[in-house]
Amino acid sequence: MSRQLMKGCEAISEAAIRGGCRYFFGYPITPQNDIPEYMSARLPEVGGVFVQAESEVAASNMVYGAAGAGARVMTSSSSPGISLKQEGISTIAAAELPCVIVNVMRGGPGVGGIQASQGDYFQSTKGGGHGDYRLICFGPDSVQEAIDIMYEAFDIADRYRTPVLMLADGLIGQMMEPVTMPEFKSAAEISKYDKPWAATGWYEGCGKPRAVINSLYIEDDELEALHERLQSRYRQIEKNEVRYERYLCDDAEIILVAYGTISRVCRAAIDELRERGWKVGLLRPISLWPFPSQAVYQAVAAPSVKKVLTVEISAGQMVEDVRLAVNGVKPVEFLGWPGSRIATVEEISAKIAQMREG
Amino acid sequence: MTRVFERTKGLTEAEMHYCPGCGHGIVHRLVAEVLEEMELLKVTAGVSPVGCAVFAYNYFNCDMYEAAHGRAPAVATGIKRVHPDHCVFTYQGDGDLASIGTAEIVHAAHRGEKITTIFINNAIYGMTGGQMAPTTLIGQKTTTTPLGRTVEHSGKPIRVAEMLATIEGSAYIERVALNNNANIIRTKKAIKNAFTAQMERKGFSLVEVLSTCPTNWGKSPVEAMQWLEDEMIPYYPLGLFKEV
Repeated sequence: MSRQLMKGCEAISEAAIRGGCRYFFGYPITPQNDIPEYMSARLPEVGGVFVQAESEVAASNMVYGAAGAGARVMTSSSSPGISLKQEGISTIAAAELPCVIVNVMRGGPGVGGIQASQGDYFQSTKGGGHGDYRLICFGPDSVQEAIDIMYEAFDIADRYRTPVLMLADGLIGQMMEPVTMPEFKSAAEISKYDKPWAATGWYEGCGKPRAVINSLYIEDDELEALHERLQSRYRQIEKNEVRYERYLCDDAEIILVAYGTISRVCRAAIDELRERGWKVGLLRPISLWPFPSQAVYQAVAAPSVKKVLTVEISAGQMVEDVRLAVNGVKPVEFLGWPGSRIATVEEISAKIAQMREG
Repeated sequence: MTRVFERTKGLTEAEMHYCPGCGHGIVHRLVAEVLEEMELLKVTAGVSPVGCAVFAYNYFNCDMYEAAHGRAPAVATGIKRVHPDHCVFTYQGDGDLASIGTAEIVHAAHRGEKITTIFINNAIYGMTGGQMAPTTLIGQKTTTTPLGRTVEHSGKPIRVAEMLATIEGSAYIERVALNNNANIIRTKKAIKNAFTAQMERKGFSLVEVLSTCPTNWGKSPVEAMQWLEDEMIPYYPLGLFKEV
């Protein structure tokens, strides 16, 4: 497989198609417009369908319709648009349907800005819309990792009958990097996820039940039964889908925890500090829900570790999960700003220097 | 013994929850009969709304969805794009379609989405307890217009069929009523025409059915039928507004 230079949003789109996605319903919003644009040209070439919806609200409900009809379907947006999509996403989660959502995060709240941000961590990892549910959420740090996640996301969504959220940011979406694109998944690979519940047509004696795609559970016991199914699925997801990367953690005295774009700045800072002989490492969550709590705890509980630093492009959101994981065994500090201000290597190094002295 | 009449196969055995004198039961049966007669049940997916018809997925004997409030046309779009040869319909009330779901219905029509919408206009929100709908008549008392709807405060009632007929993507738009047997027969004919337009891929089709809500109107079923005839039909004229 040959290497090629690709922009994040376009790479995400192509990887989705190669992972089996054939339907896309979306609405323009910066900085993810390259995804719907790419899909509008590419999907018809592979027998798929692109529809530009009248709004994000409608787009997410179109995804609900297509997912219930048995399709591999996705939508994409950026922060304010993802807020509008929460109605459909909550419905899809409650109806136990698979789909993939991409959020190319920008600064908020409100209309906010159009530069990269990580301000949607809470929304992405704690459910997002109303009700008691979770999304499987991945935060890639490169265009290649975004490709790898998208390629597998539809399988994961089908396996657990749940929406999967790819939480990228404006930088991942807009930058070009050399990547390797995987081959198309075969029909056999895709069809192994049987969907007898889907609305594909029904008659008495056709060998499957009449499809009722629904998020309404009016009786208390029915709603409780839904939550038992969801929670049992979430426990399986927590067991099977945790992903993270350890970078120079083994002898580290200070461990950084960061995901996505900012983790690359952290890595650059660590490389510089290592040259000075400072023992600094990085624990990088790739799955943001399920959060790699165990891995974080194990990394920071090592006797060599004195302190933990979480770095984000936010006022401090993932740091709450880091503190829960660390559970007080080591002090956890935070570096970051709300909006779209990205910490520099120098700022991260200065913070670490201060932590070493303090 | 020869059986001369039986329940349509388009409805399940489930007992309906509708109030005495409510029009939903009549329209459900008409839609089900049409789907059965057109031999479409096997390839039909219906979308029920939020509102009194929310449980329609228990009654129609085909694949069914339940949509968030107002979003049935968007959900139907998703289904139809995946199964373009199937029959897809939405069943929506006036709060669902004419208030919270105006963007979805207008743009489904605008795209010429090959779906059929059955729109029940009974001039009130039923399920939530009788609040004002965009279709509530001037002077009509509801739980949120306790002194009667006024033009100054809430504007005039919206005429959905006329509005959607102006949209290029609409292929069949008709308004009918349930106030007498002749009009019920006409309603069934309109529903059949709408589904035919869909299956012939002509574009978007909608049948607006003027219906009754005795419970929230505070009337007996008989009084309600009379009110529909005397008050609603003069403001919402019956007829075919678009056919291509």
